[in-house]
Amino acid sequence: MSGHRFISTLLLALAFPALAVAGPRDELLTRYTSEARAADAGFSGFSAARGEALYRDRHAGGKPDTPACASCHANDPRKPGQTPTGKSIDPVAVSVSPNRYTDPAKVEKWFRRNCKEVLGRQCSPLEKGDWLTWMISQ
Amino acid sequence: MNVPIRPLVSASLILAVSAFVLAGAVADGGHYFPPVADKTTAEECGSCHLAFPPSMLPAASWRKMMGQLDQHFGDDASVDAATADLITRYLTSNAGDSSGLRFSGKLLRDLRPGEAPLRITELPRWKREHRKIRAAEWADPEVKSKANCAACHEGATRGYFDDD
Repeated sequence: MSGHRFISTLLLALAFPALAVAGPRDELLTRYTSEARAADAGFSGFSAARGEALYRDRHAGGKPDTPACASCHANDPRKPGQTPTGKSIDPVAVSVSPNRYTDPAKVEKWFRRNCKEVLGRQCSPLEKGDWLTWMISQ
Repeated sequence: MNVPIRPLVSASLILAVSAFVLAGAVADGGHYFPPVADKTTAEECGSCHLAFPPSMLPAASWRKMMGQLDQHFGDDASVDAATADLITRYLTSNAGDSSGLRFSGKLLRDLRPGEAPLRITELPRWKREHRKIRAAEWADPEVKSKANCAACHEGATRGYFDDD
């Protein structure tokens, strides 16, 4: 192996963990983008502001004791939340929980469960992308 | 005769340590329930509430619970089939009437054979142990729920449920 190639390999190896962390979040956004576009041809991108509204609004249709995302997650997404049994929930904002949203299966699992609890239905790809966009900005 | 000293010494050491640990559990008055040791089970069962020790319920309870995870005390706690299978195997093989028997003896004592209760807080023994807790204490915002063992039992996550 030439010295030059060795250094390139080394750099690639060093860069890889960073890619591995950033990857899944982009992968999720790409996936929600194509799903949102399939659902609505006029889709023009995700919005952090809509994500924040989704997070803070009180919704009807779900369980009465959990009308909002912020019923269990903290009002400030950078603060830890609390489950109805008193267990602490890690903050949902990426700035303080950098490992969040890096496992797509886990993200989908919690959207599936929590949208049902709060909205009484599954979240649309647009809502998921908006949520993620707001959390990445926080 | 050539006596293998090393294995003998290791075996005695292991026995001595186990005896010490078990004596600790017994001295605790039967309030020790080994915490969940399986990573997947600890993660899945412990994200909303304390991952309750498997020895607190009989295997039939765990099987029933794992079969209706989409309606888990009013919440959707469903997991994919492979994960559910793994968790079910862990919970049932460490259940109070399986290998967790020596820990759960008293807690499950008043159950009829074949009974499969879903709530630990509805076990006759649990109710008796908590009969002196007043409604105001349950309603305390620090407690929130009967499922919040750790609010009063400081060692709950380590498996200790003493009278605090």
